[in-house]
Amino acid sequence: MIGAQDFSLTPDQLMIQESAAQFLDDRSASAMVRAAMESASGFDASLWTAMSQDLGWTGTHIPEAYGGLDLSFVELTLLLEQMGRRLACSPFFATVVMGATTLMMAADHETKARLLPQIASGELTATVGFGARGVDWDPASVTAVAEPVEGGYRLSGGFRHVPDGSTAALLLLVARLHGEIALFSVNANADGLTAREHANLDRTRRIAHVTLDGVVVDSTSLICRGTSLNDALARVRAMAGIALASEQLGAAQQCLDMTLAYAAERVQFGRPINSFQAVKHRCAEMMVKIEATRSAIYGAARFVTTTPDTASLLLEAACAKTFASEALFFCAQEAIQLHGGVGFTWEYDPHLYFKRAQASSQWFGSPGTLREEVAISLLDAARPVSCQ
Amino acid sequence: MNLAEQDEAFRTEVAQWMRDHLRGKFECLRHRGGAGDEDAFPALRKEWEQELAAGKWTCVGWPQAYGGRGLSVAQQIIFHEEYARAGGPGHIGHLGETLLGPTLIAYGTPSQKARFLPGIVAGTEYWCQGYSEPGAGSDLANVQTRARLDQTTGEWVIDGQKVWTSLAHESQWIFVVARCEPGSQGHKGLIFLLVPLDQPGVEVRPIRQITGSCEFNEVFFDGARTSAENVVGEPGEGWKIAMALLGFERGLSWIGMQMHFEHQLQLVCKAAREAGTDKIPSIRARIADAWMGLKVMHYNTLRTLAGGQDGSLTREGYIIKYYWSNWHRDLGKLALDALGPEGDIFIDDFSRTRLQQVFLFSRSDTIVAGTNEVQLNIIAERALGMPKEMRPQKPTTETRV
Repeated sequence: MIGAQDFSLTPDQLMIQESAAQFLDDRSASAMVRAAMESASGFDASLWTAMSQDLGWTGTHIPEAYGGLDLSFVELTLLLEQMGRRLACSPFFATVVMGATTLMMAADHETKARLLPQIASGELTATVGFGARGVDWDPASVTAVAEPVEGGYRLSGGFRHVPDGSTAALLLLVARLHGEIALFSVNANADGLTAREHANLDRTRRIAHVTLDGVVVDSTSLICRGTSLNDALARVRAMAGIALASEQLGAAQQCLDMTLAYAAERVQFGRPINSFQAVKHRCAEMMVKIEATRSAIYGAARFVTTTPDTASLLLEAACAKTFASEALFFCAQEAIQLHGGVGFTWEYDPHLYFKRAQASSQWFGSPGTLREEVAISLLDAARPVSCQ
Repeated sequence: MNLAEQDEAFRTEVAQWMRDHLRGKFECLRHRGGAGDEDAFPALRKEWEQELAAGKWTCVGWPQAYGGRGLSVAQQIIFHEEYARAGGPGHIGHLGETLLGPTLIAYGTPSQKARFLPGIVAGTEYWCQGYSEPGAGSDLANVQTRARLDQTTGEWVIDGQKVWTSLAHESQWIFVVARCEPGSQGHKGLIFLLVPLDQPGVEVRPIRQITGSCEFNEVFFDGARTSAENVVGEPGEGWKIAMALLGFERGLSWIGMQMHFEHQLQLVCKAAREAGTDKIPSIRARIADAWMGLKVMHYNTLRTLAGGQDGSLTREGYIIKYYWSNWHRDLGKLALDALGPEGDIFIDDFSRTRLQQVFLFSRSDTIVAGTNEVQLNIIAERALGMPKEMRPQKPTTETRV
């Protein structure tokens, strides 16, 4: 059981949260986000260097033995909330949340010892490609194929939605080997690998179509396979979902904060519009959804560290991710509405959050997908209803 | 034993006690007496509360000096969870236990504590709440019920009307907020009085509700009297006491409420499977939503309980009322949709009747204790710092058509 005492942030956690907020206020302000969006890589290299090498954020939840800070998943979610709040353009989510967590859950000691310290130090960027469609991580969607060749494997197939796939140096890719799923590490410069960036809606985070055309890798590139990989990736999916929910929470909070600031300044009919009940109630509804989401994430993030049961963790993640996706979408659309005409302009920020809201709602389970997962558990598997 | 082991041992103790006692003649009380079912088996439920008292399971969070157990917050959560998991019935005495008792412990005189606390702990004296009036629902500062001191007898004399008084017909005492300074306005000039209900100047009239049952009442005071010793705080300070009392309505009581909700959702899942509506995609999605919402409510309460112990509301604390009441209202509609056409038919099966009650009674959830509209104003003004509603400077002249 998670008790009330687990919901207080420790002084260290509060400090991490506050210093991250201040750092990103300075280093990922609107103008900087917009500049990064227009750049070729989609992110600000100096911001990435500061986050990874100066502040050590890339090592947050990586064990000390592998060069990390050995903090918990809770600390990671606190950082992500602040990154989401500022739409920080960086390969952090792909590298640390997806890449490092996958290695931590699925790789053997030797592989971890080789790769994780490089991620922790910020030298290596990474991402994960799962299936031919989407970022849902449904095992049925794996269509890439691996076949054994002398000294290794030959990989072929496509991955349509790979976050930061065109800039990541290390790609962790899932393919079918003798019918079961298997995870391979592939270098971005491998012969036969192409990563083509999509023109996408949410320009604060790039997506690539990665294609493997007979890419040959050596046998040490096979990281994990079969049932143990399925189990590991299910857990990573849950953790990534909760992590993404934290980002969404931060973004939703920012939508509310910028709307409150705007509504206090904007005068209509001789009054600031924040004095109208219609406006106040919409802002209050935003806060209700944000705080509900924050509670869902606080609970789910603690669950990661306390509970080994992956099936329960997936339900926690379903809850956090559904609430976060819907809270962010609601807050982003209200931000546009309450900014009035300017809310519809490129110049003001609400559209950046609105686009992030839609794109991120489709990763690691859309609300529709996740609701059905919960329904299967409650109705078909007749899992007892328990909110604890 | 470390702390976690002690807590687990305590959990086992509560669960065992409930198994040993909620049986025999009390068996029929399982899961009864929740909101909307408050008039179920009142006499037997009072006996049950005395059974609880004999086991020292009433007022468990109160200091031991006042008959409680002085349990930690963590253990109180465990108690409420295990009580509700075992199907423990709703407490008729919850207003005394969770609201008046803590208020008297904080603000009462020694003789008030000695007179009133033991009856609450023992489950022999029951209390109801005299706050709302026909013209002062959420606008509590508009209280019109009057109290004047009779110099000859030294008693306070009360005239006026209260409304929405839950379980007044099962209670012996009412705590009343009244105006003791004629002409005073707003939160000034109020008094907080403890008044016996069984006297000639008090009339309790049940209000028949949408459910067909009566658990709310109107309470009329026509020269009702109470001793001068029964003023909590000073005359004129009633607002302070009234607000302090509401401040005790935090957190822990929600844990128990959520366990009732959990049981109701279990009934909804069962109803959907039996009616075959569990195959309808929109019903499946709504059931999933209900479960996730319940989980969030639980975590939100734990966040609140982890927050500042100074009584101030944290951000999550502001959303609780609005959140749970909307959740529960949605559950009521979902319950009947899951039952399908059977939801229209009353049969002698409490698992169905309960869902019908929830459907109807949950319509009051978004009205009582501050309507949705008032809650959103509170969130906007107090939590988000937005400007207050513009109020007229003077009462407007009444116009009649």
